[in-house]
This record gives sequence, C-alpha cells and structure tokens, in this order.
Amino acid sequence: MAYVDDSRDISIADGARVEDYFALLKPRVMSLVVFTAVVGLLLAPGGINPIIGAIAILCIAVGAGASGSLNMWYDAEIDAVMSRTANRPIPAGRVPRDHALTLGLVLSAFSVMLLGLATNWLAAGLLAFTIFFYAVIYTMWLKRATPQNIVIGGAAGAFPPMIGWAAVTGTVSLEGCILFLIIFLWTPPHFWALALYKQGDYGAAGIPMLPNVAGEAATKSQILIYSVVLVIVAFVPVYTGFGGIIYASIATITGLSFVGDAQSMRGAGRALFLYSLTYLAVVFLALLTDHYAAMVGWI
Amino acid sequence: MAAPLDEKELALRRRRRNTALAVALGIFALLFYVLTIVKLGPAIFDRPL
Repeated sequence: MAYVDDSRDISIADGARVEDYFALLKPRVMSLVVFTAVVGLLLAPGGINPIIGAIAILCIAVGAGASGSLNMWYDAEIDAVMSRTANRPIPAGRVPRDHALTLGLVLSAFSVMLLGLATNWLAAGLLAFTIFFYAVIYTMWLKRATPQNIVIGGAAGAFPPMIGWAAVTGTVSLEGCILFLIIFLWTPPHFWALALYKQGDYGAAGIPMLPNVAGEAATKSQILIYSVVLVIVAFVPVYTGFGGIIYASIATITGLSFVGDAQSMRGAGRALFLYSLTYLAVVFLALLTDHYAAMVGWI
Repeated sequence: MAAPLDEKELALRRRRRNTALAVALGIFALLFYVLTIVKLGPAIFDRPL
C-alpha cells in the first residue's frame, strides 16, 4: 500500500509547478499578515534600520506562509470536501501532501532563526509561537473541536503587528497589545460572515462552525456583539494617545459602517465578509497616517 | 483528473522547480551576507590598530 502511495506521490511531484508550492503559502492571507506587521513595525518607537526592517517583514511573511503550508498538509482531507478549498494544490492532486509538511517545517525554522538573528529573540519567539498556535492549537485541535475555533484561533492572525512592534523595540507594550486586540476581535465577525454563506461546505466537512452548530440567528447576534465590541476597542488608541484626530474620524465612520453591515447582514454575510477586509486595512492605515501626520507636525 | 503530461513538459517543470529552489537558497545566503554587513556597521573600520 505504501509503495502505491509513494509512486503516486512521485508522479504528482514530477508534475508540480512552482506556483503550486507558492499557493501552499496562502499568499492572500500572507499579504494581510505583511500589511499588519508593517504597520506594527512602523508605529513602534525608536525606528529600525530599513534593511533589518525589510528582513524582519520577510521573516514574518515566510513564517505566515509556513503555517499556511502546515495547515494545508493537515487539512488536505477536509479541503477536498469544501468547494472553497477543493482546488488547493494537495486536494487537486498537484502537490504531494508530504511536500507541504516539509515546506512548512523548513520555512518555519528558517524564518524564526533569521528573525532572531536580524532583530531579537522575543520577536522570533513570538513568530515561533504564532506558527505553533496556528498549525497545532487551531488547525489540529480547535478547528474540529469547538464552534469557538476561530475566536481562540484568531489569536494566530493577531500576532503579526505585535511581532513587528517587538522586532523594533524588543518588548511587548500596551500599543502592541491594542493592535493584537483589534485583529483578535475582528476575526470572529469576519470568519462567521464567511461561514454563514459557506455553511454547506463546513457542514459537509464536519467542521463545527458556529452557523452549523448554533444556527443562523445565534451566529448573526454573535457577529453583532463582536462587531460592537470591536468598534469600541478600536477607539482605545484614541484614549491612550496612540491614535489622533485622523484615526478617530476614520475609526468612527468605518466602525459605524461595520456595525451597520453586521446588523443588516446583506447577501447572507458576504457583504460583511468583504467589507471587514477593507475595514481592517483602513483602520490600520489610519493609525499609520495619524502617526506620520503627527511626526511632520500636520496635526 | 488532468491528462498525463508529456516528458517535455515534465522536464520543463522539473527545471523550473530546481531554478526556484536555487534562487531561494541564493536569496537566503545573500540575506545572511547583507545582515552581517548591516549588523557590523561602519564601526568595523573604526578600531585601534
């Protein structure tokens, strides 16, 4: 049996394209990770050598890619069942499963080691923990165990700005924790909105997402609760002096739209899912704009 | 299931994979070199003889 599987893997590996291996790194998720990490790095006081900063961001991006590859290795069976993920390289038969494991482990080791050497070992430790949290705590355990999977698992996606901050300062400060908290609270409404309009997929794969376990009405009210808490927490930077007038204005407008979308749930959640991506990008960009506007004396 | 690939296409994909791996390793080595130079900084030349 093993012989048959091995020979199949060899023939798959022979036809694998470079793009298939790149797809294992979940480039779209990686782009969000890079963006939030860059914001954390640029907001941190003290500054960093631009070359070391660029290496730090590369390490965080590669670390995120590594955890994506480990996720695809472990989730290959359920990915094959869901329409959203069926065309991923492993379920589509373009890359052997073991290659995703190897790629994930090698890139994890390289990214953590290089980040430690380039910046400091606190940032490297946080990156290692993030990869472990996403690949082991979320993918292997929480995802199949509880409808609160993405609430707790959301921490993995919330660490990058904190890592960026730690790369510059060597510490985990209140500001780093606020950036963490904004993404942490943003994750449930974002993923539950997706889970609502992909309910059938998750049901077929046996993943206990909230809409499948608690029903649509309960999910929608949870989305609304998390959205309100998110919008309130997004105002904390204004009170701590971390965000100024530009940030406060943008956080108000985008926050009200977010809660409005969470309340109406147009398009069975699809509108909120798409808007939540814009919201996070705009809020982080507003913090950055405020920071530089204050630096050059515009505000 | 996609149609089986011919030998020419397989060889092309193999070459691309090998090139990508070589480029990735080259970048990794270059990163270490650049990082070392940046970490050492200009002070490396400022030392007593």
